[in-house]
Amino acid sequence: MDVTGTRAITVDNLLKRYGDFEAVKGVSFEVGQGEVFGFLGPNGAGKSTTINMLCTLTRPTSGRAEVAGHDVVSARDDVRRNIGLVFQDPTLDGYLTALQNLRLHAELYGVESALVLPRAKQVLQMVGLWDRRDGVVQTFSGGMRRRLEIARGLMHSPRVLFLDEPTIGLDPQTRRSIWTYIRELQEREQITIFMTTHYMDEAEWCDRIAIMDAGQIVALDAPETLKAGVGTDRVTIQTDDNEAAIAALAADFGVEARIVEGHVTFGVAGGETFVPRLFSEFSVPVTGVSVSRPTLDDVFMSYTGSTIRDAEEDPAKARNRTMMRMMGGARR
Amino acid sequence: MSREHRLSGPEPMVITASASVAPAGGPSTTTSLAGGGPAPTPPAEPIEVVRVHVPQRSARSEYRAVKIVWRRELVRFVNDRMRIVTSLVQPFLFLFVLGSGLQQLSAAGTHGVDLKTFIYPGILCMTVMFTAMFSAASIVWDREFGFLREMMVAPVRRSSIVIGKALGGATVATVQGLIVLCLAWAVHIPYSLGLIFGVVGIQVLLAFAITSFGIMVAIRIKQMQSFMGVMQMVVMPMYFISGALFPARGLPTWLTVLNRIDPLAYAVDPMRRLVFSHLQISAAARRVLDPGLSWWGWRMPAILEVAVIAVLGAVMLAIAVAEFSATE
Repeated sequence: MDVTGTRAITVDNLLKRYGDFEAVKGVSFEVGQGEVFGFLGPNGAGKSTTINMLCTLTRPTSGRAEVAGHDVVSARDDVRRNIGLVFQDPTLDGYLTALQNLRLHAELYGVESALVLPRAKQVLQMVGLWDRRDGVVQTFSGGMRRRLEIARGLMHSPRVLFLDEPTIGLDPQTRRSIWTYIRELQEREQITIFMTTHYMDEAEWCDRIAIMDAGQIVALDAPETLKAGVGTDRVTIQTDDNEAAIAALAADFGVEARIVEGHVTFGVAGGETFVPRLFSEFSVPVTGVSVSRPTLDDVFMSYTGSTIRDAEEDPAKARNRTMMRMMGGARR
Repeated sequence: MSREHRLSGPEPMVITASASVAPAGGPSTTTSLAGGGPAPTPPAEPIEVVRVHVPQRSARSEYRAVKIVWRRELVRFVNDRMRIVTSLVQPFLFLFVLGSGLQQLSAAGTHGVDLKTFIYPGILCMTVMFTAMFSAASIVWDREFGFLREMMVAPVRRSSIVIGKALGGATVATVQGLIVLCLAWAVHIPYSLGLIFGVVGIQVLLAFAITSFGIMVAIRIKQMQSFMGVMQMVVMPMYFISGALFPARGLPTWLTVLNRIDPLAYAVDPMRRLVFSHLQISAAARRVLDPGLSWWGWRMPAILEVAVIAVLGAVMLAIAVAEFSATE
């Protein structure tokens, strides 16, 4: 077995440039053996480009990356033998059955013939599709197809499984079940999982996450640690005059508030003790209030200055914002 | 409400699916899941994991890759019965409708030979040609439906994938050609072992060459519509110029020149020679209908013509492999 220590993935200053646009601006990180590692960020943040470089599908402009102990540029084949891939877009043959798709994959990867069927049975059972093995993939629902792709990605017992937006376009119910499968199989197969998502709530399933924005990693830690790092609860109030409320909040309490999705939102330490003070001392009438513990949305906001939805609506703005932040060094 | 209902629809399926992971007769894993709580991870029963090993690249793994890509083409062909039928429509139209219709005009010129008999060798080539083109189009489909990516990332040579595709397309096209070969009796051509083997041999070669050509084009073209457009633009003229429907003799100079540089002419001519060698017809008819391809009065031997097709096929396959290997 290749000696890789405890690192499944090592990335050092990886950079990808398209023309004069830097999609990935020199990222560095490590992923441990057996970890579920998530890449989180809005569309266009460079997640897919990074994953493609790690999967040997895109050549990095500069920098180095090792996956399962092999260099992604100089030992492309060795990397490919050791990774499983589930792409954002479907890559199944719809005219073949589930089992035929797996067999085809096993043949392409040179899996020992005697083991093809037992292994196929195992991975299909793992995603709950063994009973549908002879069903033509065209007749499968979106969730079933995605599960089949995951099963296929595992067919050759990879050491690292890459999932690029594994739950995109699926309904919440199916998304959750996919995640249950992913955690389960990670435990059973003892493999490393590297995935990207732009659903904040999904990142909670990861052991560690890296938040990516405009081609850079802005934060990297366990979801709990990141949330604790925000340090403040999020208070959202509804008022008749948001502008006045923001001004009054700054004047009376020294809190910097902003309008997010139509409501005045701000972070304070100890939200539950702050609200009574707000009611007794605040000059602007408040019609509603909510206090919440920090979520990953807050984490994202505290590092990038916007919600992930805003960032997706205007990637150009997100880019400018990052530039401003870099120049001013003003990270909140 | 109805949306809520829809969303909760898949739940029972998910539960049974998870439960089936537990070994048969295992204790009630189902009950712990049926609660519908916040997605509890089922207790990971210590199932023995079937671990497989992906070997280093070897001739054997490449062989398996070629074979499975080839087999996939066949499985898809067999499953797609519509395609088998539709790709036979055109040869039937040419042979029976055009052949019977023009017979009235050409009766004087063919020295008593049925026009259908005359164009039959051309139809044999045509069937193979169009089917092979369609097979090559599967690379474009695969790209559109994403499956190409699955093959591109596999730890095998790109050439194995291209060769598998070419062989698959050639096999499918040859099978279609065989169906048309069964019609020989309908156009007054007697069967013989020599005829069958000869025709199949030329068909295999032509199918392989055309598939390679199609793949070469398909790799560059990303959309199905443009691929079909290009094919129409290239294939139809090639077919008409090849002399599949008329004898390549006494043509206007420009057409003679085009005919001699049309690769397909080198498949049509040996095919016609082969079929005509099994016919009992007058010497005059033979002279008119089977003049052969000649360069400055020298009639090319059939074996050389076949070699031209083989070499062209190999060259185009090599180009396809090189192009395919270069794409990211």
